[in-house]
Amino acid sequence: MSFSRSVSNTLFRHPNWFLVILLAPPLLWLGVAYLGSLSVFLFHAFFSIDEFSGFIKYELTLATFAELFRLSNFDVIIRSLVMATAVTLASVVIAFPFAYFAARYARGKWKALFYILVMLPLWSSYLVKVYAWKLILAKEGIISWLAGELHLTWALDALLAIPVIGGPSLSISFLGTFLVFVYVWLPFMILPTQAALERVPVSFIDASSDLGGTPAQTFRHVIFPLALPGIIAGSIFTFSLTLGDYIIPQIIGNSSYFLGQAVYSLQGTAGNIPLAAAFTVVPIVIMGFYLAIAKRMGAFDAL
Amino acid sequence: MKTLKHTVLALLAVSSMGGLALAQEAKKEVGKGEGQVNIVAWAGYIESGATDKAFDWVTEFEKATSCKVNVKTAGTSDEMVALMNEGGFDLVTASGDASLRLIAGKRVQPVNTDLIPSWKTVDERLQNAPWHTVDGVHYGVPYQWGANVLAYNTNVFKEAPKSWGVVFEEQNLPDGKSNKGRVQAFDGPIYIADAALYLMAKKPELGIKDPYELNEEQYKAALDLLRAQRALVGRYWHDAFMQIDDFKNEGVVASSSWPFQVNLLQADKDAMAKTPIASVIPDEGATGWADTTMMHVDAANPNCAYLWMEHSISPKVQGDLAAWFGSVPAVPAACKGNALLTDAGCDTNGMPNFDKIHFWRTPVTKCESQPAGCVPYYRWATDMIAVLGGR
Repeated sequence: MSFSRSVSNTLFRHPNWFLVILLAPPLLWLGVAYLGSLSVFLFHAFFSIDEFSGFIKYELTLATFAELFRLSNFDVIIRSLVMATAVTLASVVIAFPFAYFAARYARGKWKALFYILVMLPLWSSYLVKVYAWKLILAKEGIISWLAGELHLTWALDALLAIPVIGGPSLSISFLGTFLVFVYVWLPFMILPTQAALERVPVSFIDASSDLGGTPAQTFRHVIFPLALPGIIAGSIFTFSLTLGDYIIPQIIGNSSYFLGQAVYSLQGTAGNIPLAAAFTVVPIVIMGFYLAIAKRMGAFDAL
Repeated sequence: MKTLKHTVLALLAVSSMGGLALAQEAKKEVGKGEGQVNIVAWAGYIESGATDKAFDWVTEFEKATSCKVNVKTAGTSDEMVALMNEGGFDLVTASGDASLRLIAGKRVQPVNTDLIPSWKTVDERLQNAPWHTVDGVHYGVPYQWGANVLAYNTNVFKEAPKSWGVVFEEQNLPDGKSNKGRVQAFDGPIYIADAALYLMAKKPELGIKDPYELNEEQYKAALDLLRAQRALVGRYWHDAFMQIDDFKNEGVVASSSWPFQVNLLQADKDAMAKTPIASVIPDEGATGWADTTMMHVDAANPNCAYLWMEHSISPKVQGDLAAWFGSVPAVPAACKGNALLTDAGCDTNGMPNFDKIHFWRTPVTKCESQPAGCVPYYRWATDMIAVLGGR
C-alpha cells in the first residue's frame, strides 16, 4: 500500500483528523495573528503609565480604566455614543421608505436601477466622498450659496446658531459631521431593511386590512415588527461603523475627538498604549451589549 | 515573570553595549559604492522626477556613483524610528524629535565629517546643532529646516500682524470684526509649545525658558491659553491641503501654517484674487523643524551612504528641495542662483529668522531649564484631547 493511500485511509477512518487539518491554518491565522495581537494590545489596558517617567509600568491595575472616567475622556465616549445613536436613527428614518418602495413596488428594470443607485456611492473611494462633502458644506460652498439664492440664509444661520451642534459653517459643526456620517453609511441600512421587507408576505398585509386595520395599524402591528430584524441588522452596521470611524470627524466637524481619533493620538510618540487600549475596549463593550440586545430582538434569526 | 524581565533587560543591556562599541567608531574612508543605498525619508524629500520632471536630484547621483537610490517614505517620526529599529536601511531623514531617540537607542552611527568634503559649506549654526550632535560627536548631516509661520489674509491685515496674539486672544482684527471663528491652530499636542512660546514673551513672570521644557505651572498657563483659544477656533488643522481649502472656502484669515501652504496658495491665481495670503514670523518668534540625514548603525551600504550625504548638501539639491518643499536649505550657498528656488526663495521660506525659531523636540521629564522637572509628552497628548473637546 502506498503512502498516500495509507494517509487517505487513515483520514477516512478518523474524519475528525481531516477536519483538524482543514481548519488548522485559518484558525491559526485568526487565533494567533489576529486575536493574539489584538489581545496583547487590549491587555495593555490593565497596565498604566508611570506619572513621572512616562514609561509603561507592567503591573496589573485598573487605574487606566479609571482614567476613562475623567471628564475630558468621558466626553469623547459620550460624544461618539450620541453621534452613533443619532446617525443610526436618522438612517432608519431615511432608509425605510426607500427600502419599502424597492421591496413592494419596484420590479424588473426599476429594481436593478434601485440597486445601482444604492450601491453606486460604495464604488468610489470613501475619502473622495468625504472631501467632496467638505466642499459642499463649506462656508463658501454649494449649500450656503443655494441658501443665499433662495433668500434662506437666515434659516441656515439660525440652524448654525443652535448651541453644541452648530458652528461657524456646516463643515465646522457636529451637524455637518452627522450629515456626512448618515450619507456614508446609509446603504448599509437600506439593503438589510429591504431584504427584511421582501420577506413580509403580502397576504399578511391583505389579511390585516380585511380585518379592518387602517394603514397605520397595519404598519405598526404587521409590517414594522416583521421588518425589525432587518432594521436591527442594518443598525449594527451604522452604529458600529460610526463608533469606530476616525476619518470623517477629522475632516468635517469642529476638531473635537471621537473614539478612533483618541486611540490614534495616544499611541505613537505619546506612547500611552495603556490608555489607547482602554479606549479600544470601550466600543468593544458597547457593541457587545448592542449585539446581545439585537440577538434578543431576532436580528440574527434569518442567518 | 520578574526573573524573565531581568534576563531580557540584561540581554538588552549587553546587546546595546555591543552597539555602543560599534557606534563609537565612525568610518575612516569612503570606498567604492556598493551599487545601492536605502533611505527612509519624508514624502517629497527625495524626488527622482516622478512627480514633476523639473524636480529630480536622484537620477544624476545614480549616474555619477552607480548607487541606486531606494526610498521608503514615512509619514510620522514614529514610523521612521520603527523602520530604523527594524533595520535594512542605510539612511534616514530624521526630524528633531526622532533624531535624539535614534541616537539614544543606538540605531545610528557617528558620521566622520572629514569624509564629507562639503561639510564646511553647511550653515555654521546647524553644524553643531544639539539634535544631531551629542558630546561633540556628529550623528548626521543637516538636510533642511523650516518654520511654523503665521499665515494671514492681506485683505484683512494691511500690515503683517506683529504678534501671535491674533490667533490666541479674542480681539477685533483690522477689518473691525472679531477674530472669533476666523482663526485656526494646529491639531496636535506639540501645538502646546506654540502657546508656551507666546507666553514666554507675554508673561515673562512665568519664567518659561524653552517652549518644550515646561514645569507644572507654566504648562497649566499654556493649557489655559489654549482653552480660551478653543472658543475662537472653528476647526484645528492637521492636513496641509485641508488648511489651504479652509483659507479659500471657510473664511479663515489667520493661522499657524507652513511655508508649503503659503507658497501653494500664492501660486494659485484664483485664490489670490479672492483670499490673498502672506506669512510672517511674529515678534515672539516661532516653532519649527530641522531634519538631519542619519546613518544606520548596521548600514549595509556605507560607501553609497557617504556619497549620498555628500550629494545631499550640494547647493543644487538643497536649492531644488527648498523650492519643492517650502523649506530652508542647510547650505547657504544654495540660496543664490537656483532657478527653481529663485534668489528670493530662501528669504520667503524663512532663512533670516533662524534665531527666532525654537526647533521641535519631544518634551521629556528630565529637562535642563526647569530644575523641578518638566511635563512629558504623553501628558501633552491627553491634555490636547481635552482642550479640543472644550474641557
